[in-house]
Amino acid sequence: MPTYVLTDKCKGCMECVKICPSDIMHIDAGQGRAYNIEPSMCWECYACVKACPEAAIEVRGYADFAPLGHLVMPTRTTDRIDWKIRMRSGEIKEFTFPIRTTPWGSIRAPQDSPEPAAETVSSELLAYEPDYLAVEALPTLPKKAAGS
Amino acid sequence: MGESPASVPVHTVDSDILIVGGGFAGCGAAFEARYWGRDLKIVVAEKAAIERSGAVAQGLSAINCYMGMRWNENQPEDFVRYVRNDLMGLSREDLVYDIARHVDSTVHMFEEWGLPIFTDPQTGRYVREGRWQVMIHGESYKPIIAEATRKAASEVYERIMVTHLLPDASDPKRVAGAVGVNVRDGSFYVFRAKAVIVCAAGASHIYRPRSAGEGSGRTWYPPWATGSAYALLIQMGAEMTQMENRLVVTRFKDGYGPVGAWFLLLKAVASNSAGESYETSRLPELRERVGAYADAKPMPTCLRNHLMLQEILAGRGPILLHTERVLNTPEKEAIGWEDFLNMTIGQAVTWASQGIEPKNEPSELILSEPYVMGSHAVCAGAWASGPGDVAPSEYQWGYNRMTTITGLFGAGDTIGGSAHKFSSGSYSEGRLAGKAAVAFVRDHPDRPTVTDAQVQSIRTTVYAPLELGSQRSVVTAGTVNPQVLQPDHALNRLEKIMDEYGGGVSANYTTNRALLERGLHHLAALKEDLPHLIARDLHQLQRAWELQHRVWTAEAVLRHTLFREETRWPGYYYRADFPHVDDERWKCFVNSVYDPATGNWRLFTRPYQPLF
Ligand SMILES: Cc1cc2nc3c(=O)[nH]c(=O)nc-3n(C[C@H](O)[C@H](O)[C@H](O)COP(=O)(O)OP(=O)(O)OC[C@H]3O[C@@H](n4cnc5c(N)ncnc54)[C@H](O)[C@@H]3O)c2cc1C
Ligand code: SF4
Ligand code: SF4
Repeated sequence: MPTYVLTDKCKGCMECVKICPSDIMHIDAGQGRAYNIEPSMCWECYACVKACPEAAIEVRGYADFAPLGHLVMPTRTTDRIDWKIRMRSGEIKEFTFPIRTTPWGSIRAPQDSPEPAAETVSSELLAYEPDYLAVEALPTLPKKAAGS
Repeated sequence: MGESPASVPVHTVDSDILIVGGGFAGCGAAFEARYWGRDLKIVVAEKAAIERSGAVAQGLSAINCYMGMRWNENQPEDFVRYVRNDLMGLSREDLVYDIARHVDSTVHMFEEWGLPIFTDPQTGRYVREGRWQVMIHGESYKPIIAEATRKAASEVYERIMVTHLLPDASDPKRVAGAVGVNVRDGSFYVFRAKAVIVCAAGASHIYRPRSAGEGSGRTWYPPWATGSAYALLIQMGAEMTQMENRLVVTRFKDGYGPVGAWFLLLKAVASNSAGESYETSRLPELRERVGAYADAKPMPTCLRNHLMLQEILAGRGPILLHTERVLNTPEKEAIGWEDFLNMTIGQAVTWASQGIEPKNEPSELILSEPYVMGSHAVCAGAWASGPGDVAPSEYQWGYNRMTTITGLFGAGDTIGGSAHKFSSGSYSEGRLAGKAAVAFVRDHPDRPTVTDAQVQSIRTTVYAPLELGSQRSVVTAGTVNPQVLQPDHALNRLEKIMDEYGGGVSANYTTNRALLERGLHHLAALKEDLPHLIARDLHQLQRAWELQHRVWTAEAVLRHTLFREETRWPGYYYRADFPHVDDERWKCFVNSVYDPATGNWRLFTRPYQPLF
């Protein structure tokens, strides 16, 4: 399909509609539940699957090359993602990976650091440089003359 | 949407800096513009939701551009030499150097923000996948980057499909903003800005994909990369470069899982179906074709493609990657699967469905259909001004990353001539453009003019497909209608033209003058039909404009390919009538300018200048 939505689980909350980069998760006006309106433009990116609070969205590999009988499903929390893979043979594989080392929302905004002097806007340095380069100075090269 | 275009609500949003596209480059631009321009209004217009938009929507497994200057692993000059070599001699080395010298600070910032980077507990250094790549647990790469963008930008407008840039009413070579459709409520957005930074991505679905039906969603670059970066700029009359330098990637067959970690980190090898490695035996033929480039180390990406293609054409496929020889521990097996679960989940789905156990058996490799982009092992995009301190004077006309249109900047896939930026380099280039745009706005405090007449006329154009869709149809139900063209029909036609005439998969990436001229002829007919594009709802209206952007991108590709009379990048494409690398005539950039006033294209060359 690639994504499909399980009727009994979907609550019509729109989270998948909000997140899909391809704009293909829509709510079916009759049922009030989500569905994939254009499977041939689905990247199997799983953004909707990860965003669905009801675990109502699953993926069936593309019809033109994926035999039936498989399922790849994630559960994502604030700091990790757990994957469960059901192979065509029925064998199950499970993997867990970290996703973030700091609390969500903790990033320091650029405007929360001291304002740079007005004239430095014409320098070659970017924000927090040279400190964040972790070398003494921003590298440069002698400029070559025209046509040389 | 039964409403007529004339009655749709119009929102006018004024800003100092408008960023079109909140992907990696756009997020970098917003961050940096805010750092330098505390008092400025910085607005992002994005067609999806920035937490999962762009090429990094599903995450990544590696940061592919990192120098490691602090450990003296590489210096920016080393990177310039690498990119020069990989692109068969042709790069805007000032731009490449500029990204290399800044990219480490970007990556260090990402780590501080919470992106998990693999670190060697013994040495404290990042774990290298290859010379330029570091490994990450990158499932949340995009949401982390987006968090900083939300804090930095004054406003982020989402679900806005930007369709056109707006020229200044009194100076067509000066940008004044952009317009777009909100695809949720159908309202029309007019963004007026002093500077515009376009970060609106490269293009998939220019060429017909290998997979068919619903599987055509499984392109390597995402289906939502629609070449807006190029189409928006071309129609403004911005100078473009290297549009013929399109990308073909070696990937796992069907699922298109990347091979980088497998070749570089896990040290897997590829063979033909008989188990023979084929690269060395094909070297003499390669030398005959490309001369000394055949012996460049590492072998340029396009040439590795070329050797694989020749082997397949000789009937010795399938090409197999021997994953089974390297996944000899549970840790390595987890790395192998994570590589895909973090960035190409479809490959894991493919393995699960086809019953492939990578630790027990090899997997097939294949060459993808071509893509148009500027941040991977290719460098299509806009011709941009380089950094003041190092750019040769021919490559420098004011502000860093400004195009040939005043006030119009770009970054990431948008900017041509500098390959191998990837995620970290695209973000860094966004930062460079963001800072330069602040300097520009300080020097040009007056707002350019946008007239009501301009807005009215462009609004009519933008909603025309919907207007057509609201008219009574002359036929009964179904999708066949002799008077209108659906966006998916037009896309199929474009892909067929490009595939068969422009050197796609079915043509074994091969074309020639006559084929390209036929291709342009068919493309001209498609362009003539575009006023008959129909949209039955807002989703189709977005698709209609994405299609238009793809058509502009495709036209640039065909024209550039026709102009360059050589085969500079075998393995990306072949000009059968000029099968060799021709350094004497063609070691230069192919550039083009479309003139919006006359509708004419001009193609010409620009000199290549080595930085050292
Ligand atoms: C499968 C895959 C694997 C990759 N692996 C790696 C890797 O391991 N390491 C690495 O460093 N890099 C990797 N890359 C490359 C990296 O993702 C890109 O180089 C980078 O994202 C390019 O940045 P960008 O900002 O130019 O484009 P994007 O990040 O794609 O952003 C473009 C943005 O513009 C928006 N947009 C487009 N058109 C419009 C419009 N008309 N109106 C409004 N908004 C619009 C899009 O929605 C998107 O948000 C990979 C890419 C892919 C696809
Ligand atoms: S996110 Fe889940 S529950 Fe909410 S509409 Fe989508 S499928 Fe239904
Ligand atoms: S998998 Fe990605 S592209 Fe497909 S419907 Fe979900 S969010 Fe959209």
